[in-house]
Amino acid sequence: MQIPAGLKYTTDHEWIKVEGNTAWIGITDFAQSELGDIVFLDIDPNLSSISKGDSFGNIEAVKTVGTLYAPCSGTVLEINTTLNDNPETINSDPYGDGWLIKIEITDASGLEKLMDDAEYKKQVGA
Amino acid sequence: MKKTKLYEINVKNGAKMVDFAGYSMPVQYESIIAEHKAVRNNVGLFDVSHMGEVFVEGEKALDFVNYITINDASKLTPGKVQYSAMCYEDGGIVDDLLVYKFSDTKFLLVINASNIEKDFDWMVKNNIFGASLTNASDDYTLIAVQGPESKNLVEKVFNRSIDLEYYTFTEGQFQGIDVIISRTGYTGELGYELYFIGDEKISSGLWEALVAAGNNVKPAGLGSRDSLRLEMGYCLYGNDIDQTTNPLEAGLGWITKLTKENFIGKEALLKVKSEGLKRKLTPLLIKDKCFPRHGYDVAVNGNVIGKLTSGTVSPVLEKGIALAYLNLEFTAPGTEVDIIIREKGYKAEVVKLPFIEKK
Repeated sequence: MQIPAGLKYTTDHEWIKVEGNTAWIGITDFAQSELGDIVFLDIDPNLSSISKGDSFGNIEAVKTVGTLYAPCSGTVLEINTTLNDNPETINSDPYGDGWLIKIEITDASGLEKLMDDAEYKKQVGA
Repeated sequence: MKKTKLYEINVKNGAKMVDFAGYSMPVQYESIIAEHKAVRNNVGLFDVSHMGEVFVEGEKALDFVNYITINDASKLTPGKVQYSAMCYEDGGIVDDLLVYKFSDTKFLLVINASNIEKDFDWMVKNNIFGASLTNASDDYTLIAVQGPESKNLVEKVFNRSIDLEYYTFTEGQFQGIDVIISRTGYTGELGYELYFIGDEKISSGLWEALVAAGNNVKPAGLGSRDSLRLEMGYCLYGNDIDQTTNPLEAGLGWITKLTKENFIGKEALLKVKSEGLKRKLTPLLIKDKCFPRHGYDVAVNGNVIGKLTSGTVSPVLEKGIALAYLNLEFTAPGTEVDIIIREKGYKAEVVKLPFIEKK
């Protein structure tokens, strides 16, 4: 199971990659494996902002549905629309082309409490 | 938790194992969608050894089977299989099942894993003819070979031509073990179900022989078994049918032989028929992009009119498909309804079964 260094991880099995004020959010390799075949990403195309701890969408897989929670607050810069036609990219490349949304961080509080790769590795028992 | 004789080979094949009806069963290997497509386009192997097998034997075997099931078992000749169900006195469904006729004095009833204990108790309790009943569920391994290539695999493994009509069976041998070769399945594809009593070695030996008999023979899990059966509109006990539903409203009128002399539930079902159905299990094709699931509300003009009993996104149609009990006024093909998912409505239309053409 892949758990790259340099990302922050949430207890809900999401990752966030922070570069300055910009961040990318996705789900972890563990999460995609638990969900199995992902059929589509259900995020409101008009979503303009996310706020820490709130749900910002769902991932529909054949077996079950997973809810997405915002790891911090921010303004939505981009939703990964390439996933509309190729949702399986989340399964095959969860940390790369399978990223979900790109945001501009408006409130970074809470980010420091997220896990690093070593801590997340412990949580999932990898 | 019980393990099937194929447990080790399932794990070796990378199965994701889940608890299903008290058995550790493979829900998927690599991908539910890939396994589904493999069965539609080539072939897939399923470990369905969790299914229950009850033998009914003796002079009164037929009388018993015909009393406890709703289809007419007297129509069966040796080597034939019949889809049927057992009902309670009030017409609710105990289980749906397959009836195999070996001879006038020997039948096999194949029942759902989750119902084995309940069903067997029900049979024993209603054994008014004194038939001999044997619950052989723990003894049998069951491999379902499903898909257009299945015939080639089975013929190669048994080293003979096997020309079986749908819903008939024959017997064969594999490494000295008797195998019931049944042209049945839960996928809508050409397929065979192989029943046999064998240890881990024999069971995995037959599995491996089937894999070696073709190209790209894939194991398939319960996840794809569910999406395959739903594309055909086949009922799943516990979802679409149970003790609160009757076979007539479930679309199983074709197996409900109300002219049969006497069987459990007959009076109640005659009454249902004479009073007319109030609701019907209704196939829905979802127009909007969404993933319909068991338990979601169905609404018309904002009023909830029912709940989905089964739902998935069809890997073949790439559209949502679902079943729901709806009041008769909403069951005509073309009727538009909404599926409510997280408080949002998604458009759906009543269609006819099967959702995809049966081959």
